[in-house]
Amino acid sequence: MSLILDHVNYIYSAKTAYETQALKDICLKIEDGEFIGLIGHTGSGKSTLIQHLNGLLRATSGSIYFQGQDIYDADYDRKALRGKIGLVFQYPEHQLFESTVFADVCFGPKNQGLSEKDAQLRAFTALREVGLLEEYWYRSPFELSGGQKRRAAIAGVLAMKPEVLVLDEPTAGLDPKGRDEILGQVAKLHQNLGMAVILVSHSMEDIAQYVQRILVMNQGAILLDGTPHEVFCHYQELESIGLAAPQVTYLMHELAGRGIPVDTKATTLEEAKAAILQAFAKPHP
Amino acid sequence: MIRDITIGQYYPADSVVHKLDPRVKLMATVCYLISLFLFRNAAGLAVVTLGLAAMVWLSKVPFGYMVKGLKAILVILIISTLFQLFLTPGETLVAFWKLKITRQGLRNAGFMIVRLTYLIMGSSLLTLTTTPNQLTDGLEKALKPLGKVHVPVHEVTMMMSIALRFIPILIEETDKIMKAQLARGADFESGNLIRKAKSMLPLLVPLFISAFRRANDLAMAMEARCYRGGVGRTKMKPLVYHRRDAMAYLAVVGYFAAVIAVRLLF
Repeated sequence: MSLILDHVNYIYSAKTAYETQALKDICLKIEDGEFIGLIGHTGSGKSTLIQHLNGLLRATSGSIYFQGQDIYDADYDRKALRGKIGLVFQYPEHQLFESTVFADVCFGPKNQGLSEKDAQLRAFTALREVGLLEEYWYRSPFELSGGQKRRAAIAGVLAMKPEVLVLDEPTAGLDPKGRDEILGQVAKLHQNLGMAVILVSHSMEDIAQYVQRILVMNQGAILLDGTPHEVFCHYQELESIGLAAPQVTYLMHELAGRGIPVDTKATTLEEAKAAILQAFAKPHP
Repeated sequence: MIRDITIGQYYPADSVVHKLDPRVKLMATVCYLISLFLFRNAAGLAVVTLGLAAMVWLSKVPFGYMVKGLKAILVILIISTLFQLFLTPGETLVAFWKLKITRQGLRNAGFMIVRLTYLIMGSSLLTLTTTPNQLTDGLEKALKPLGKVHVPVHEVTMMMSIALRFIPILIEETDKIMKAQLARGADFESGNLIRKAKSMLPLLVPLFISAFRRANDLAMAMEARCYRGGVGRTKMKPLVYHRRDAMAYLAVVGYFAAVIAVRLLF
């Protein structure tokens, strides 16, 4: 069971002077339970791509299959699809509207046709899962801090019990502490609930230590697709499209270039530390 | 879907009409709108049609753009035509059931269609050839004499230009909020009127909050740059009349004279 994109193209404002091709021939397979980082520069088509996954935008050509069914079939229930592929947008301010956080989280499940009681149960679980303290549940969502709003917004989508959770820049506008907390929480969600998670970001550093697979987008096409190690090996290519590999990658390559036998595949601080210690523990020949 | 709204849309082109001083265009538009209600026969109709056609041709704006604006008034157009058609007393042409169409009614309905269509086309020609900034600049300068009787002209035009500037921003914001709520299974289309109105709540609350926040931020930014209203304020690009503006004024006066002459003579 998986999500498959087959030669998906998308053109904005077709047949006008402002015509632009936002997606170019995207072929992609997302397996159940994967943790994916989607990286690209502003305007590379990341947001356009994720809006295709839950059917908010319709591809100009190509097809998308979710669990073996074509989502563009006339009799496919695209409203139900939005519950299965949960999309959290960048700004929580765009979706919080109820008088309390709890009521707001109930909005999604209620739209799925659940009873008041079931919706509340879902909201209760979801708010627990995102780690929002109970004292905030019955406050107005507009009184919360940036990080707390973000958690409330994620809970709002999580309460719909999606099979794939897509987060668009969940760390934008947060301080380093808030950023680490949110990303840690998302990683925990992925571990505990076993759903596939797609994390959209423009910072390699942010996602390198969490995800299993990285997709790099440039000008509407997928440029690189692989594990963090594989992708960061192309750090010069990444630089040419205005992205950067984690600083650790540069350090390891620099060290290797100076003749110190370190493992250049290290992507996180911990791995780098281990690799360097190992290199120096061995006596030089 | 929501991006198709075209209120006050500017069509960039290199034409005489685009280059004219906005004050001339404002005056010409007002004169044109008045002239639409002055003519009362076929000869007058010919003059106003000729006037509009000449302006459209000079402006180099594609005709399709002009007609687009008409869609918005289609309902009003149909209703007022029907009223004119059936409710004008006079010499009966066709009668069925309790309704009758009179010669005068037919004539009035025809003129009503022409008047409303030209009204919209004439005023959209103004917004299509003038940027919102030019328009408010022109308005401010044209209304300046009213300042003598304590009408806050600068403040009013400043509000106008801010409002115009915010239209595209708010449209984009609406689009984003709509998508965020659709992703949570919101349904903006089905149901009866009350359900539909209720379903707008998740859209309107974030939109209002964002609009207030933006207004607050803008006010702060203006204060931070020492904005204090219109007194003693100068312009980077002050409006200056050119030769072509004088010619345009003459043309407008000539046109208006022709309309009045036709009304009096025929």
